Amino acid sequence: MTSSSIEVRALSKRFGAFTAVDAVSFDVRRGDIFGFLGANGAGKSTTIRMLCGLLEPTSGTALVAGHDIRRSPEKVKRSIGYMSQKFSLYEDLTVEENIRFFGGVYNMAAPDLASRLRWVLEMAGLRGREHSLTRNLSQGWKQRLALGCAVLHEPGILFLDEPTGGVDPVSRRAFWDLINRLSEDGVTVFVTTHYLDEAESCNDIRLIHAGRIVGAGSPSALKASTIRNPILEVECGRTVEAMDLLRREPWVRDVSIFGVNLHVGVVEEAEGRRRLAARLEQAGIPLRRIDRIVPSLEDVFLRRIEDSDKEAGR
Amino acid sequence: MRKKAVAAPTVRAEMAGPVRMVEATVFASIRPIIRKEFRQIRRDPRTLVFLLALPGFLLLMFGYALNFDFKHIPLAVCDQDGTQASRDFLARLGTTEYFDILYRLDDPRLVDGLFGRDQAKVAVVVPRGFADDLSSGSGAPIQVLLDGTNSTSAGTAVGYIAAIVQSASLRMTTQVLEGRGFRGLSVPVAAEVRVWYNPELRSALFLIPGLMAFVLMIIVVVSTSFSVVREKERGTMEQILVSPVRPLALIVGKTVPYALISLLSAHLALGLGYLLFRVPIRGSYPLLLLAMGLFLLGGLGQGILISTVTRTQQVAFMIAILTTLLPTFILSGFVFPIRNMPGIIQAFSFFVPARYFLSALRGIMIKGVGIGAFWEQILFLAAFAGLTITVSAVRLRRSSGVEGEGRKRR
Ligand SMILES: Nc1ncnc2c1ncn2[C@@H]1O[C@H](COP(=O)(O)OP(=O)(O)OP(=O)(O)O)[C@@H](O)[C@H]1O
Ligand SMILES: [Mg+2]
Repeated sequence: MTSSSIEVRALSKRFGAFTAVDAVSFDVRRGDIFGFLGANGAGKSTTIRMLCGLLEPTSGTALVAGHDIRRSPEKVKRSIGYMSQKFSLYEDLTVEENIRFFGGVYNMAAPDLASRLRWVLEMAGLRGREHSLTRNLSQGWKQRLALGCAVLHEPGILFLDEPTGGVDPVSRRAFWDLINRLSEDGVTVFVTTHYLDEAESCNDIRLIHAGRIVGAGSPSALKASTIRNPILEVECGRTVEAMDLLRREPWVRDVSIFGVNLHVGVVEEAEGRRRLAARLEQAGIPLRRIDRIVPSLEDVFLRRIEDSDKEAGR
Repeated sequence: MRKKAVAAPTVRAEMAGPVRMVEATVFASIRPIIRKEFRQIRRDPRTLVFLLALPGFLLLMFGYALNFDFKHIPLAVCDQDGTQASRDFLARLGTTEYFDILYRLDDPRLVDGLFGRDQAKVAVVVPRGFADDLSSGSGAPIQVLLDGTNSTSAGTAVGYIAAIVQSASLRMTTQVLEGRGFRGLSVPVAAEVRVWYNPELRSALFLIPGLMAFVLMIIVVVSTSFSVVREKERGTMEQILVSPVRPLALIVGKTVPYALISLLSAHLALGLGYLLFRVPIRGSYPLLLLAMGLFLLGGLGQGILISTVTRTQQVAFMIAILTTLLPTFILSGFVFPIRNMPGIIQAFSFFVPARYFLSALRGIMIKGVGIGAFWEQILFLAAFAGLTITVSAVRLRRSSGVEGEGRKRR
């Protein structure tokens, strides 16, 4: 067996004339937390659904747990757990009934199921709520229960499609603790997200934009390879006007708006600070603060998308 | 940031799952699906009530509303002759259960007002000279006036009157002739009409089997297509399809509960039909069960098939109603005889399973005939069930059942 849990080669999916996933290739190492990062409509769910055997690829191949997704989707299905983007448990069944149903669907033997049932209740913090109707649970609980149902049969590979959509930060934290635990137990976790802080917790990341992979590597490697210039965070008035202004300066690499601030990539830090202050003053824009910052994945992401769009001539 | 060793992960998890599940058979996973389906039905008593009570309710409504037997038709009479003969004749009309003589008029022009106010449907006028004409043998005309607003009931009323007049005049002719000295007369040609299977010509006998087919088809197709589309809407279908469950197992698991419930429903309808409308089961019960089972299977298949091409319950409902209501009502021979339809419509009716079910049902319940009389119908029902279920299993496997699920729904 190779050391990769998932091997994807030139996988594409077209819906009519529209290409949702465009010849993506990547490997996922066993036991990794692999992050698939992209904006809405980038093609994250479509890729996952092909890898899970829910959607037939238009072209290309992929091996999941060593099985070809085209030739033996049934074997793939036995090796994976999947949690779809939407909450997908039976709201009109109780917590325990949901767990037992999925255990039955995966054909688990009764003793195994009994011990896994306890494990899931423990893990999701649902002990004592076995007989609550699932519809009455809070969103965070529902998500943990869905995760529990997805790993009930102890799959080696787990696909999570935006698992933390719509839950509060505390629940998100708790959910990621579970993902880390599963990964420590040797489960390969393939997770899509558009939360950049979540992406920081991944070992390996692919940035996907308009169906293409525009960046690859661990978070730190991505930052190092993308952002070579110092980035200054600038707090000033009339941000939009300031951005347009700075864009035209030759010593400015790139400018983007982050919240109420500007992130300005410059060639050199000290020189950059001096020129920035001078230019803004000249334009009569009040400057409040300049700080050197460590680039975030968001900086990386935006830069990569920009580069990719430039390349594509958009 | 979290760093993690990539080397030497525990392989345990990756191996444990597959090995244990290899011996999974297609049918092992049916049971949990059936159990789940029953649970969901139980949690939603409204659906259950709908499935069980609707057939009975519709049977009552239609059974009484679609009653084509007309009795106690309000009758107005106008005796202008005023003789013994005319009184005898009119009295005969009143003694049948078909007519109630409600009005005795002096002037036939009053009929118009009675019809207009819906106080009478039929009027019989015996003109002056009736008795004389009768005894002279020259033929005694009477006048029958009908409210033709409802052509069916008017037609029936004409039939009744004609029959009564016929028999009355026959008797009177004989009397007159005998009075003139002829003896031992017999009518040269006497048609003796005998109606088989339904001697009283009760329309219930004709309608109830059709009504059963109609109601069962609708509830079966609607409920199964709903139960599948609901899973698609909520995303649970995707969760099942990503498991090793085979599409056929999924279909069987989802249909068995609804098949059982609709069979129960069918028996309620049979019971009501017997209690309220005295519709018997003259033929063999196992055959009836076979016909019902196949018919229901076909409907279940059709419901699932509908759900593979729709994404929302509203659309599923519309298609289900469209493909069951009109065909089973119009093209099955339920109300309108297929024989009387134009050729092209008759051709359409060949593809309506209710048509075959209906003739099998009428054959078993009303005529009490054996399988020899309707094996072709049974064969067609079996073929229809096989076709719909196979096609839907194939469509589910091709995961078209989830195609488009990826779109946003937030
Ligand atoms: N069945 C389909 N038919 C046509 N287009 C589709 C279908 N499924 C997805 N798409 C399109 O493909 C593109 C990629 O969709 P996908 O769901 O993979 O995006 P995503 O990265 O998961 O986005 P999000 O973050 O919003 O979930 C979108 O533009 C979407 O509209
Ligand atoms: Mg998505």
